[in-house]
Amino acid sequence: MKNRLKVLRAERDWTQADLAHALDVSRQTANAIEKGKFDPSLPLAFKIARLFNLTVEEIFFDEQMT
Amino acid sequence: MNTIKHNETPGTQHNKTKTLHLGLWTLAWLASTALLRFGAEYIWDYQPAFSIAALMTHLALGVAMIMVNVKHLAYLDELQRKITMDAMGITLGVGLIAGIAYEQLEDIKLITFEPEINHLIMLMAFTYIVSILIGNRKYQ
Repeated sequence: MKNRLKVLRAERDWTQADLAHALDVSRQTANAIEKGKFDPSLPLAFKIARLFNLTVEEIFFDEQMT
Repeated sequence: MNTIKHNETPGTQHNKTKTLHLGLWTLAWLASTALLRFGAEYIWDYQPAFSIAALMTHLALGVAMIMVNVKHLAYLDELQRKITMDAMGITLGVGLIAGIAYEQLEDIKLITFEPEINHLIMLMAFTYIVSILIGNRKYQ
């Protein structure tokens, strides 16, 4: 699953550590989600969406649907 | 948030403390294993009362170690938990398959010595460590 996390993070001038702290996860986890190596659980996906004031679909998208 | 920079995430300092606790409890359990094994032979000359006390201590520390491990798992974030659970699953599978095969080796006369549980524990420890390293590398 792809996502726009890197762009959203860059727009706010946040580091991966900032994002990880805001989400209460490790930097490794924030990095793996951002790179699309690890798909977050639904609760974490909603937490990410809330953090950026967006919907889950505006951040994450299925590669096969694009 | 824009101006706040975090050098340590929840997955670093907090986990280091929890991992240290787990390490200390594991060390205590290992020490009790050594006491149980060698104490009877070298310290209390196989007196049952002391052996039973050492056994009870060993089992109690084992239960404590399991509980600390469960707590440690609960504090991990979802990726760290996945890596750990995957490693545990692989270790359990390897331990079961290798353990049964190893136990059969003497029965089918492929080895002449009696299989030792220590060998299986070493294999499981090695498997767990390698699985954790591979898991972490995969999600770097």
